[in-house]
Amino acid sequence: MRDEWKDFVEGTWMDDVNVSEFIEKNYHPYYGDESFLCGVTKRTKKVWARCEELLKEELAKHVLDIDTLNMSGIDAYDAGYIDKENEVIVGLQTDAPLKRGVNPYGGIRMVYQELDAYGYKLDPTVDKYFNLFRKTHNQGVFDAYNEEIRKCRHVGLLTGLPDAYGRGRIIGDYRRVALYGINYLMEKKKEDWDKLLGPMTNDLIQLREDVSMQYRALESIKKMASRYGFDISGPARNAHEAIQWTYFAYLAAVKENNGAAMSLGRVDDFFDIYIERDLKNGVVTEEEVQEMIDQFVIKLRLVRHLRTPEYDELFSGDPTWVTCSLAGITENKRSKVTKTSYRILHTLTNLDPAPEPNMTVLWSEELPEPFKKYCARMSIETDAIQYENDDIMRPLYGDDYAIACCVSAMRVGRDMQFFGARCNLAKALLYAINGGVDEMKGDKVLDVPAILDEVLDYDKVKAAYFHVLEIVAGIYSDAMNVIHYMHDKYAYEAGQMALHDTHVRRLMAYGVAGLSVAVDSLSAIKYAKVKPVRNEEGISVDFEVEGDFPKYGNDDDRVDDIAKEVLDKFYKELCRHKPYRNAEPTLSVLTITSNVVYGTKTGATPDGRKAGVAFAPGANPMHERDISGALASLNSVAKLNYAGCCRDGISNTFSIVPTTLGKTKEEQITNLVSVLDGYFVQGAHHLNVNVLNRETLEDAMEHPDKYPLLTIRVSGYAVRFNRLTRKQQEEVIARTFHGKM
Amino acid sequence: MVRCNMEKRASVSSIETFGLVDGPGIRTVVFFNGCMLRCKYCHNPEMWKMGPLNMSVSELVSKVIRNRPYYRRSGGGVTFSGGEPLLHADFVIEASKKLKEENIHIALDTAGVGVGKYEEILENIDLVILDIKHLDRNGYHDLVGHDMDEFFQFVDVCQKMKKTLWIRQVVVPLVHDNPDYMEMLVAYLKTLENIEKIEFLPYHKLGSEKYEKLGLENPYLEKEAMDEKRCQELYQKYIETNFS
Repeated sequence: MRDEWKDFVEGTWMDDVNVSEFIEKNYHPYYGDESFLCGVTKRTKKVWARCEELLKEELAKHVLDIDTLNMSGIDAYDAGYIDKENEVIVGLQTDAPLKRGVNPYGGIRMVYQELDAYGYKLDPTVDKYFNLFRKTHNQGVFDAYNEEIRKCRHVGLLTGLPDAYGRGRIIGDYRRVALYGINYLMEKKKEDWDKLLGPMTNDLIQLREDVSMQYRALESIKKMASRYGFDISGPARNAHEAIQWTYFAYLAAVKENNGAAMSLGRVDDFFDIYIERDLKNGVVTEEEVQEMIDQFVIKLRLVRHLRTPEYDELFSGDPTWVTCSLAGITENKRSKVTKTSYRILHTLTNLDPAPEPNMTVLWSEELPEPFKKYCARMSIETDAIQYENDDIMRPLYGDDYAIACCVSAMRVGRDMQFFGARCNLAKALLYAINGGVDEMKGDKVLDVPAILDEVLDYDKVKAAYFHVLEIVAGIYSDAMNVIHYMHDKYAYEAGQMALHDTHVRRLMAYGVAGLSVAVDSLSAIKYAKVKPVRNEEGISVDFEVEGDFPKYGNDDDRVDDIAKEVLDKFYKELCRHKPYRNAEPTLSVLTITSNVVYGTKTGATPDGRKAGVAFAPGANPMHERDISGALASLNSVAKLNYAGCCRDGISNTFSIVPTTLGKTKEEQITNLVSVLDGYFVQGAHHLNVNVLNRETLEDAMEHPDKYPLLTIRVSGYAVRFNRLTRKQQEEVIARTFHGKM
Repeated sequence: MVRCNMEKRASVSSIETFGLVDGPGIRTVVFFNGCMLRCKYCHNPEMWKMGPLNMSVSELVSKVIRNRPYYRRSGGGVTFSGGEPLLHADFVIEASKKLKEENIHIALDTAGVGVGKYEEILENIDLVILDIKHLDRNGYHDLVGHDMDEFFQFVDVCQKMKKTLWIRQVVVPLVHDNPDYMEMLVAYLKTLENIEKIEFLPYHKLGSEKYEKLGLENPYLEKEAMDEKRCQELYQKYIETNFS
């Protein structure tokens, strides 16, 4: 056994890359409460104080600084520090904190817009290279897009497509670097490459090229770490190195790529093994351990990418989705909660409540009671945690999986996904009524007949809608295939993919937006009387609704079943098309904050929603329509089928007034735990929990300075409230707050 | 056609699926229509009148059972509230029987003024949340427009059946917030057994909009809300020192 692995329980993990097995054999579940946790150290205080100054400066300028000389890359920048002598964990994306790198591989035009927005100019040499000698992902995509994809994209029927920036949502198994060291991983990739033989088909050629690039990327990670004075060619020898090595691997990912979501994976159980060993040997104290975790988290909080103002409008507050998955249970029903699960959440206390890393608790009914209560308390105090149902994900993804972005589960190092943004389901319904003509732009987008009836007939509209979904599924699938072909070709994530198995499972992650609007519209047509108000061109610009109709979010099967049927139909249609690289199609119901922009781009709908009004986020019921209480609202969302239909995630954001949750803090904690258990036991997938008063948000909107730290969960990520656009703030305030007079 | 075996129906104003303050744990709270009292501070005047019989026992039972996943660990269940649930005696009796078969915890939130059948009603009730209006006969009549006999009768049955009680007192300025009343309350509560909890609810103005909407005269239009801190002080002084 290697010396670095002394005291570890042996297993097949020693003969082949298998971090999961290493964890299973070596981790120590913890069943106690949070009383062992330590406060913040002097060194951490100093480092964080410096960060706070810089963050303040950044907030005022929006972007602190940009490196226009270098192009992003794993080893493209010199070492950088915040406060070198007090930093316990080191490494920055560029050579200075919060200084953003330029990543032109996704698209050079985007870079011009980004730099222009902040008064910077690209270095002339770089500019020349990327225009004369190097093609980008964005150019590749537009070389191949057909007319119908362009149209659907232009009108916003398909939106947020990753065709001009990094696709993200890939999680490298960053732990591999700590457990095995870079050299062993390189050897293994070389072995794989040697075995990739056979007729040189497109698939084989591509994979051989991929693995070669992965091999070189590993070399770059080693070089990058050496700039900070670390030799990571061998395995980590102690907790500090395990955390530092893992961080270098993650850092390589965010130096190389600028995907929307650059998630961390799960590290709590893995780090804990090294920490326990060091504590046992008396090499570190609890205080020092917490210091390492705090400083690791500080680094994650400083991750930045250069974005255009349009992007910021879509996803406000500079989110990076450094999603950090915690807890869950094993397939043998053993808790995966370790002391380090607590230590990571404790950074919200030691530093301050913050949106990143995106704290994601994998919830199981079987989690230890003290941990459930601790999470509930942290939710009540910080609004910074999201919960996802381990009991429904584990059967599909095993017990060493992590969440990318908001809700996308993947087996760490064994699965990757092709991020697919989303299709606007509400707009698609309007196309069914208006004969494929866009209600906002007036363009003919799809070749389908219009419905000319004075009063809309449910069966007729439904048939037309499903026909539109069939056509759109085909176009959507084509768009995805083009995008990911080109992304692999021009902006391949070699560093991240080097930390995956060579024969990786690929998921084609489609998505939908506007579910509740589409579903309530269908319900209105079915149960009430809906008359389109048409303009001179015969396009419906508004709808008159007579009578009441059941609304999604009230635990009423009459309408909730429509939601299930629509998702089922769309997913089935998507499955009929062959995805690039034999990926498996998956579907998510998620919008993040883009529900506001999608609403702006969508005309009036038959549910009585006016043109331009924001959609509800993700799978949420429409604002203030879930009037039967919090549980009824949760129950409706819980009915959507995860395993059989939406296994890329179903996002639900839930806001509750503190006093409604209970009179004392203790009562509030117990009740929140009961809500989470009750919701998830029904097979629901995800819940963002906000415990706050609407008045607080209204006051924060008028007096942002009074609430610099106010953090809320929007759809799938947390954000500082004062970094949302005014329109997004208004939308958040308009959402249902479950409370009772 | 005559329907045999007709199911009992009741007039239900609304159902709150996420009640966390009307009894232990997470509760489904059923607000029945109809009440014989006209409390001056009432904040649910829309439930005074009996409405159409819009819900059957089985409908209610299935709605309550639906939220069982949330009751289990919180020790929650269903709370019959209103309005006055005692006015729907037969319905409550039948619903309670069915819910008990399903092992659901049942609370009855009442002012104790119904139309009899109290033994039968209480048979399957686990907890009575008893609203104390006033303890002086004149004061009571003045506040709620009804005499006190029925209330005492109901409390007697509760005591005989040894039902667990949560006592609720809405504290209205100038009506309850004086030493005389407080001492009267303490003396009365000391005569009762099986009290598990006593709560003071400071009178608030949140119901006043409803009077306007319903076109009802609000007897407390000019009344000020009870100061929460003062209410807490009274609780400490009279309740905490006398009951532990």
